[in-house]
Amino acid sequence: MTWNELQPLLWPACWDTVYMVLWSSVIAVLVGLPVGVLLVLTDRGGLLGNAAVNKVLGAVVNVGRSLPFIILMVALIPFTQFVIGTSIGSEAAVVPLAIGAIPFFARLVETAVREVDHGLVEAVQAMGGGTWTVVRKVLLPESLPSLVSGLTTTAVALVGYSAMAGAIGAGGLGDLAIRYGYQRFETNVMLYTLVVLVALVTAIQLLGDLTARGLAHRGRSQATPRLRLLRPKAPTAGTAS
Amino acid sequence: MPYASVIPVAYSTVTETPVITTTGLRKVYHSRDRESVALDGVDLHVREGEVFGVVGRSGAGKSTLIRCVNLLERPTSGTVEVAGTDLTALAGRSRRANPALRAARSRIGMVFQHFNLLASRTVQDNVELPLEILGVSGRERSRKARELLDLVGLADKAKAYPAQLSGGQKQRVGIARALAGDPKVLLSDEATSALDPETTRSILRLLRDLNEQLGLTVLLITHEMDVVKAVCDSAALMRAGRIVESGTVAELLGTPGSELADELFPVGGEPSRPGRTVVDLTFHGEVATQPVISQLARTYNIDISILGAAIETVGGRQIGRMRVELPGAFEENVVPIGFLREKGLRVDVADLATPDAGTPDTEPPAAEPDVDAALVEEAAK
Repeated sequence: MTWNELQPLLWPACWDTVYMVLWSSVIAVLVGLPVGVLLVLTDRGGLLGNAAVNKVLGAVVNVGRSLPFIILMVALIPFTQFVIGTSIGSEAAVVPLAIGAIPFFARLVETAVREVDHGLVEAVQAMGGGTWTVVRKVLLPESLPSLVSGLTTTAVALVGYSAMAGAIGAGGLGDLAIRYGYQRFETNVMLYTLVVLVALVTAIQLLGDLTARGLAHRGRSQATPRLRLLRPKAPTAGTAS
Repeated sequence: MPYASVIPVAYSTVTETPVITTTGLRKVYHSRDRESVALDGVDLHVREGEVFGVVGRSGAGKSTLIRCVNLLERPTSGTVEVAGTDLTALAGRSRRANPALRAARSRIGMVFQHFNLLASRTVQDNVELPLEILGVSGRERSRKARELLDLVGLADKAKAYPAQLSGGQKQRVGIARALAGDPKVLLSDEATSALDPETTRSILRLLRDLNEQLGLTVLLITHEMDVVKAVCDSAALMRAGRIVESGTVAELLGTPGSELADELFPVGGEPSRPGRTVVDLTFHGEVATQPVISQLARTYNIDISILGAAIETVGGRQIGRMRVELPGAFEENVVPIGFLREKGLRVDVADLATPDAGTPDTEPPAAEPDVDAALVEEAAK
């Protein structure tokens, strides 16, 4: 298949993937963020220390995390049909993708929020702040760079999941790679698709890293989070002697 | 009780009004089937306008004590009263802080060993945080924050982030933040323990200035005796969850066998040997400036060895201790000792009244190697 024949297939597929990743990421943040914060707050010794809620929430998240995505996707077909009206297409794929991403992102949120120095929480409590103030003024703003990194990781994972969703008719780059590249042995389609996927993942990672870096207000004395893809131009060693 | 939103007028002296009072404060931590008692019936009385230092080794319970004062740590039993409000009654049984307790907390400033500044906020925004919690309007917040930063000498750093500041500057921001709610009381939890000696001095000077200018009552805990020496009007020594000594620095110094006085003003030298008499002299105010020792030597024509000495200025008054050795047994020295007492000195004979081995829990104070340095430094002030 020539580049000209491939183009009309490639770009819509690329857009489908972006669409699926974007929406499922949005939903993962909307649901996963509160769940992750709640996991920290309800933990033993947390601000809302509540063992029952913590155990239940933790168990739900673990179940969600342990189901293989392909199984989750199939199992959710009736639910997807109920929500979207169909179980085929990119829109329908957003449902299992989001549900798969929620527990994944929630755990990353939990880790990020747990990293926040407890001294800061105490400082705000000593000022007379309540739990909500602590969440809003301390936990979320202080963990924001890590949260952005977590979201980046989630989005990249979703690019991979979305390719799997292609297998059950979700469209997107994964679908293209399977139908044309794999089933029809069109190696160049496979290669192009992979190149686009790599470019997409690279772009997401770069954007996430830059954002996280911009949000971390660290002094020059402390180590800045290293960019994995883009290295800052090293200042030409000018050690004055 | 209405709370003044302006900086209160300066108090010149410590008043007798109690500002922080704890009674029978106990805190017991349960872990599995083991119990550990962090506070074992602590009665603390901090008067208005004073700088009160609680010293003790790590694990003595000082940190728990100060955290109980604003109920960051809930005492197992006992009461805490701050500025006339019984916080323990206010808090009730609930583990979470109710609005009444939160309102009371907002009027108690607190500074921390590790500063606890939000890295995501600028210096100014950090100082504004307590005001945000109090619901102060944006314009008023930034006015107040700039005023406070000016007070702590960091007006030019308002737009910087904490990570760009040095430790001392961070603690100044911490202090400015603690003052944002116009507190009557400032709690300082090892505020200088993470700082170098030079910076510690400047932070302590700031605390002292604030105490004098704003009439702020400061309760500080520390493991450094130097901190107490530098700023405290009163001090308490904690051991194993109890306060074992407490009082103004002058009172403590005048107490025979006071461990705090001993640690504040360590004097070296071994106790009496046969044929020698070792006495501890305590100088107070006027006497400290008189050449008592040379007078003694001239009057009775005896050789006096100074084994160790420490003279300091505490709260503007000179206070000091000295350990000297007189030749001959105690019986032969009754007259010279009488002379010293007559001059207004406290005289304790080291081997008779207060044997050094009587306090097994503390090592005998190490000989002060830099007495001269300390004296020179004091003189330079």
